[in-house]
Amino acid sequence: MRVALFVTCLADLMRPSVAFAALRLLEHGGCTVEVPQTQTCCGQPAYNSGDRATAIALARKVLDEFEGFDYVVAPSGSCGGMVRAHYPELFRDDPALLARSEGLAARTYELTDFLVNVLRLDSVPGNFSGTVTYHDSCSGLRELNIKAQPRALLAKLPGVKLAEMKEAETCCGFGGTFSLKFGAVSTQLADNKCGNACATEADAIVGGDLGCLLNIEGRLRRRGDRKTQVLHIAEVLAGQSD
Amino acid sequence: MHIRSNEFKARAAANLGDAKLQKGLGLIKVKAVVNRANAVAEFGDFETLREAGKQIRNRALADLDLYLERFEREAVARGAVVHWAENAAEACRIVVNIARENGVKTVAKSKSMVSEEIGLNEALIEAGIEPIETDLGEYILQINDAEPPSHIVMPVIHKTAEDVADLFHEKHGTPRKTDPAALTREAREILRPKFLSADMGVSGANFLIAETGSTLIVTNEGNGRLCTTLPRLHVAITGIEKVVPTLEDVSTLLRLLPRSATGQAITNYVSLHTGPKHIDESDGPQQFHIVLVDNGRTKLLAGEMREMLRCIRCGACMNHCPVYQAVGGHAWGWVYPGPMGNILTPSYVGLEKTVPLPNATTLCNQCGSVCPVKIPLPDLMRKLREEQMARGLKSWPERLGLALWGWAAQRPALYALGTRIAARVMKGLGGAEKLIHRLPLAAGWTDGRDFPAPAGKTFRELYREKRK
Repeated sequence: MRVALFVTCLADLMRPSVAFAALRLLEHGGCTVEVPQTQTCCGQPAYNSGDRATAIALARKVLDEFEGFDYVVAPSGSCGGMVRAHYPELFRDDPALLARSEGLAARTYELTDFLVNVLRLDSVPGNFSGTVTYHDSCSGLRELNIKAQPRALLAKLPGVKLAEMKEAETCCGFGGTFSLKFGAVSTQLADNKCGNACATEADAIVGGDLGCLLNIEGRLRRRGDRKTQVLHIAEVLAGQSD
Repeated sequence: MHIRSNEFKARAAANLGDAKLQKGLGLIKVKAVVNRANAVAEFGDFETLREAGKQIRNRALADLDLYLERFEREAVARGAVVHWAENAAEACRIVVNIARENGVKTVAKSKSMVSEEIGLNEALIEAGIEPIETDLGEYILQINDAEPPSHIVMPVIHKTAEDVADLFHEKHGTPRKTDPAALTREAREILRPKFLSADMGVSGANFLIAETGSTLIVTNEGNGRLCTTLPRLHVAITGIEKVVPTLEDVSTLLRLLPRSATGQAITNYVSLHTGPKHIDESDGPQQFHIVLVDNGRTKLLAGEMREMLRCIRCGACMNHCPVYQAVGGHAWGWVYPGPMGNILTPSYVGLEKTVPLPNATTLCNQCGSVCPVKIPLPDLMRKLREEQMARGLKSWPERLGLALWGWAAQRPALYALGTRIAARVMKGLGGAEKLIHRLPLAAGWTDGRDFPAPAGKTFRELYREKRK
């Protein structure tokens, strides 16, 4: 099974360990993983900012780079959701591209969804030990139905205890450029998220989207919490968190 | 109503720091969100119901002209007078003229967001006619120097019982009391004689039923019944999009509306108004006027925001919106707050007067997933952002930033170089703590948050190194 890893622009720039962890998990599941070297971004920042032309240009680039694989896997519900839920909308006026984008959408998966529903992993290589609380990212949850998958995978780690936070499904306030444009509101939402997460007394806040995690960690540290870890689900499952 | 939507950021920031307001807003999660979730769980297959609601509203909108004409025919056949208003000014003029022709001095109003939208109270006052809000929340706002509502269903959610205690003490000159039941009793004692002396009652309409020519309102306080039956005239004002074909359709929508709004299986009152008092009836108004307001709605019907016209005004989108929960409805600066306001306000008053609104959301789609008629609210907000881009309504730093980033992201070699530099610079800024406390171009982020610094090399760099 030839799988292309969609690194995501955030993991590439901000946290390579997330992409390495995803790579390790996919190889652990028996996949032949390739990393298309010209990949940059799925185009979501442009799409959500109203720059449809740039979004289309980047979506076409992704189509060209990722079409030839059996599956495309991204360690992000946000980027996965962009390809699956929004690419077909971008190409609604172009039958040929629409068909191609629908084909790609059907083969594109968020990482935990792929590990659970395609690879049906029995075990994961990680060795994390401690209590974790899971933040459901909006795009993954509401565009791709990512809810049970990460929890099922965490349950395969004997040392992990899951403590659910209040309002786990409420937005952390990231929202891409929203976090810059409406900084005060965004910070307030991040603060609510930190409060709910910390109330569980978990050792780590875990999630599936780096944008949310940077936002949550950023607020957590500013609140003075240097202890609680903020980890991507791939890092926990693969055992490569630093 | 003065439009203050372009002040969203400043007003939102002020509201974030308002401890009393925050306390009031906290109730939304406790009351509206939890109550809706319980009502939905108790109902069972709410998804099927939502889909049915969507289909009914779509069917009505697909032949809106025919259903409106049918509505008018049936209403007139039962003795009502139907008026058509193209815009707010015309709607106000119609109501003022009805009042003048009938020597009306005072008007008892039950809650109506369309009357807020058209600025009816101001128009009545200008014409020397006294409007009296009889919904408790709206009454509180009216005596507080005509403060605008901050929520379409719970207009005073931004106020605490303490605020109301102070207000009643000051405006009524009565001893200060804080018990909500006592406050309600006080308002009732003041309002009761006004109902009895009012010459005209004004209501909204949650639905217009084409097959019977009836208007329908859902209320919890009972004031709606008094407004629509005691005075000698009843004027119902609503938007033209509120029409549905049949009573059967309304019964489906009535299963959705209260559950989505307040978590009630049904409101305390559901009132159908079909014509004025009949010759063999003892109660009811002598005249029944229905004012159907367009005010921008047909323009929506023909455009990309069409799906917004399905809205049945339950308020679930704002109740579940984390931004609304944090800043309250006044930040939106016009009649409709929250996700619905992000779409309706630009659509009705103009994109240039509401620049922040389509962007004042994380697109988390909590709103879309609770909407009883499945309006894809985030998709509509995104389309408005596209329109802003096309019309040059985005700030130049945003446009420049996007253009540069978009240009680079289409050139992998250049992009790789740029990210390598960025990763190193940010690592340096992060220092030993690996946290950036201040980023010059990202104060919006770093004013309230640190920025976790990257490792210093990009994944693709490291991947290639490992492969060698």
